[in-house]
Amino acid sequence: MFKKLLIANRAEIARRINAVAQKMQISTVAIYSDADRDLPFVREADEAIRIGPAPARESYLNAAAILDAAKKTGAEAIHPGYGFLSESGEFARACRASGLVFVGPPADAMTRMKDKSEARRIVSAAGVPVVPGTESTLPTASAAAEEAERIGFPVLCKAAGGGGGIGMAVARNLAEVEKVFRQCTDRARAAFGREGVYLERYFESPRHIEVQILGDHHGHLIHGLERECSIQRRHQKVLEEAPSPLFAGGANAQLSSEMLQAALTAARAFGYANAGTVEFLVAEGAFYFIEMNVRLQVEHPITELTTGLDLIGWQLRIAAGEALAVKQSDVVRRGAAIEFRIYAEDPVRFLPSPGTLVRWSPPEGEGVRLDSGYEQSNVVTPHYDPMIAKLIVSGSTRAEAIERSTRALSSFAVEGIKTNIPLHLRIVQDPAFRSGAVDTSFLEHRAKP
Amino acid sequence: MADVLAHITGTVWKIEVKVGQSVSAGDTLVIIESMKMEMPVEAPQGGTVAEIRCAEAQPVNEGDVLVVLR
Repeated sequence: MFKKLLIANRAEIARRINAVAQKMQISTVAIYSDADRDLPFVREADEAIRIGPAPARESYLNAAAILDAAKKTGAEAIHPGYGFLSESGEFARACRASGLVFVGPPADAMTRMKDKSEARRIVSAAGVPVVPGTESTLPTASAAAEEAERIGFPVLCKAAGGGGGIGMAVARNLAEVEKVFRQCTDRARAAFGREGVYLERYFESPRHIEVQILGDHHGHLIHGLERECSIQRRHQKVLEEAPSPLFAGGANAQLSSEMLQAALTAARAFGYANAGTVEFLVAEGAFYFIEMNVRLQVEHPITELTTGLDLIGWQLRIAAGEALAVKQSDVVRRGAAIEFRIYAEDPVRFLPSPGTLVRWSPPEGEGVRLDSGYEQSNVVTPHYDPMIAKLIVSGSTRAEAIERSTRALSSFAVEGIKTNIPLHLRIVQDPAFRSGAVDTSFLEHRAKP
Repeated sequence: MADVLAHITGTVWKIEVKVGQSVSAGDTLVIIESMKMEMPVEAPQGGTVAEIRCAEAQPVNEGDVLVVLR
């Protein structure tokens, strides 16, 4: 196992990786920007290195400075967390070229997944169902119009190099295709520096369900069951739960088992190892591959809490060359868990809300856990993602997890910034959510103030 | 005269107008970046840009005057 690990991330996830590594007797190095020097993750690591000024491209995205910090401190491996450099095959290659281990999948698997139309081709050839759509990126608006008619309306226009829903737009008829094509192309160029866009069939209210994958470098690959993340706003996850209510009590067993197998098939097709997540849309009784997240997922704790898998621990052991000692038959679901992303944002207007955490008084109680990047009196700056913490609540049943969540959210006191806690409370008190009848359009219609 | 204020704390990403330019209500004057989101600051009314009181890449606080319209 590594003696020293550099954590190339910040706040909540840096803290979490740090805690797991220290427990495994691995010495840790934090990196931080000028904006983050007072945050707990800097203090808790065994060593901390200033990496640059506040803007991400000069700090947490500055690969050269990060590699340099690893060399200076004698770290043998780099854990990228999620976001920032975690999905960069280029960074993974640069680590290897510097004699460092990148804690993540093989760089080639990352590159194959990065281009989403290429990813569709790969899994489709392996027999995994994909959302009906174009096989390659589209050169012109008229080509897009032709393909849209073949696929059937409504269609979703997506950027091939994109993520986080940037540039996505729906066309409901032929007249809208040209407008949407241009809009998406412009956004793709501005955000990702490349133009390719593709089309796929748009489902009005599908469920979004994802499968945890874990594999070693010796050919052993398992799944860690599913999580449901249908509660989203503008394609950004708000709340995620495990198991999916769609499969509660053994319901839809055939669909579930086929989807879990398809996730393994997709991961094998990419030549995958380490932790990853295969995302599916479920609509009209069928499932369709959307993409694979080639990194640790934000919501990995709800899988850990309901399956007992130690995902970050295994990421480190697998990266160090160890064999994955967990058999597929060992992975059994126990109980239910929900993760709430706590955002520094106005819960009604959805505007960012940076500021000082004058009061930060998280809830406590059975089954209640908080993974936070901040503590009271810290400043939430406007430089990074608005997610400041994750409230993770588990119970022996979904109903118990929801009851505990309602209590926890009600007693979560924050002053100095606005948070989306009131939105979460509206969701857990919504009868449709309680009945498990959720889909990706939930927040458009329900849980209104 | 109308002061156009930053509605959130963040960094000025782009200034979309020049002094002397005439604008209509709803036109984007400045784009603020905050927490990985780009937020346009729009003209509350039509007029002429009399002053620009911010620069690209400058940090701004909620309530700061960004642009003055005449």
